[in-house]
Amino acid sequence: MEAKPTHVRLEPLLWILFSAGGVVAAFLIPVHLFLQGLAFPLGWAKAADYSSIAELVAHPLVRVYLFVLCSVPLFHFAHRIRYTLYDGLQIKHLNEVIALCCYGSAVVGTLVAGFLLWNIH
Amino acid sequence: MKSTSAPTPYTLNHPRWYRKRVSTYWWFQRPEYLRFVLREVSSVFVAYFVVLTLLQVYMLSRGPLAYGNFLNLLKNPFVIAWNVISLLFVVFHSITWFNLAARAMVVRVGGKRVPGVLISGSNYAAWLVVSAVVAWFLLRG
Amino acid sequence: MADTIHLEVARYSPESDAVPHLQTFEVPFRKDWVVLDALNYIKDKKDGSLTYRWSCRMGICGSCGMLVNGEPKLTCATFLADYAPAPVRIEPLRNFPVIRDLVVAMNDFMRKLQRMKPWLIRKEEKPVSAGEYLQTPEELDIFKQYSMCINCMLCYAACPVYGLDPLFAGPAAIALAQRYNLDSRDEGAKERFPVLSQHDAIWGCTFVGECTRVCPKNVDPAGAIQQYKLTAAIDWVKSVLLPWGGK
Repeated sequence: MEAKPTHVRLEPLLWILFSAGGVVAAFLIPVHLFLQGLAFPLGWAKAADYSSIAELVAHPLVRVYLFVLCSVPLFHFAHRIRYTLYDGLQIKHLNEVIALCCYGSAVVGTLVAGFLLWNIH
Repeated sequence: MKSTSAPTPYTLNHPRWYRKRVSTYWWFQRPEYLRFVLREVSSVFVAYFVVLTLLQVYMLSRGPLAYGNFLNLLKNPFVIAWNVISLLFVVFHSITWFNLAARAMVVRVGGKRVPGVLISGSNYAAWLVVSAVVAWFLLRG
Repeated sequence: MADTIHLEVARYSPESDAVPHLQTFEVPFRKDWVVLDALNYIKDKKDGSLTYRWSCRMGICGSCGMLVNGEPKLTCATFLADYAPAPVRIEPLRNFPVIRDLVVAMNDFMRKLQRMKPWLIRKEEKPVSAGEYLQTPEELDIFKQYSMCINCMLCYAACPVYGLDPLFAGPAAIALAQRYNLDSRDEGAKERFPVLSQHDAIWGCTFVGECTRVCPKNVDPAGAIQQYKLTAAIDWVKSVLLPWGGK
């Protein structure tokens, strides 16, 4: 009944990322989703015009903010969904594959976010 | 009284234990478990928000026409419905997260533990402030 | 109010049954009776072969844990009046093998508890002549909650992770490890760390929180586990940033 040491070496880091992602998601995502996904499309509030938004997003601090907003929560998702698949669907024999897919997708998402936000003109 | 030459062999009695198999639908069988799984599933909508935002940033970089088309796509009723559901799940994440934070953190002031209600309460207050700040940035145009 | 109530009790006899089945008994309904009183009535007057554990009948020994309508409860602390007039279903604790009727095998829990070294570990014991270990009320307050555990195993019956993964150490074992980690007299935190920071110990927990909800002694094992995750994470960061020193 020995636990695999490699998993335990990484597990604290993954938990830290999960927690950080959870905090970012909890504080920031609801207001963003409400405005971006409902208030602006439905006309409840007036969104800024294209050039103002482009100017805002081009600002380096805003880019850093968006990068954090779009990377850390992905690790929160990856960690949670990995355990849900492990426990919920009882597919433990696919443990390594699940972990790879989950965290892999978070890494890919982070890279995409970094690439997109770096290249804003 | 003399014992017989060969002692009777003794067989240890081990009763046949009954082990119930856990059903694949264990999470559906009690409301508390269902609530837990819904909380975990909220992370899917967190990831959806990230994808949505990255798409928006990408369309922004493609120019005003592409961005305008994307904004029109957001007005589609199916997308709106999906965003309503997502918002519900994301808010559910926030509420459960702040409530659990009180239990996961032990803050001691002057030798006594700060009551959990104060910890989650201050989290909710901070949530309000942060949301107001973000809204100000997004609304001022 | 009616003066009787029906109890649907799980029966399992390893000699004759393949699976447990429910047997219904009609017992007198008294306002001040708990489920344990009803079980004792059944055993005294209706069916002496009914097998179950109980001892103190006042919520401190932890023997009488069972599922009452699917919810892990101490039967000595669960009033029939809260369920009347509907029938009450009594089953053995979830996630444990059933030996007979309402009795489950506790061996797994005992082994896991022992693995946590739930005793004061010191490099050197103080000789009696040196006097007592002194502890301030504040130092006691840090771990007192976790010392309230009566080993009733209701938390194991509530924990879905334990049900799905029999290797999982479980809420009570980890909470009791924390009880000693946080005790100012204890010096064994480092020794317990490699047992706790495992995939089948703290990292297996997904903070469902059911264990804390069903605990009759307000131990809050879920809180203990999350707090230890933080401790382990901080320890990990320290070991990465200061691999030479720190410890």
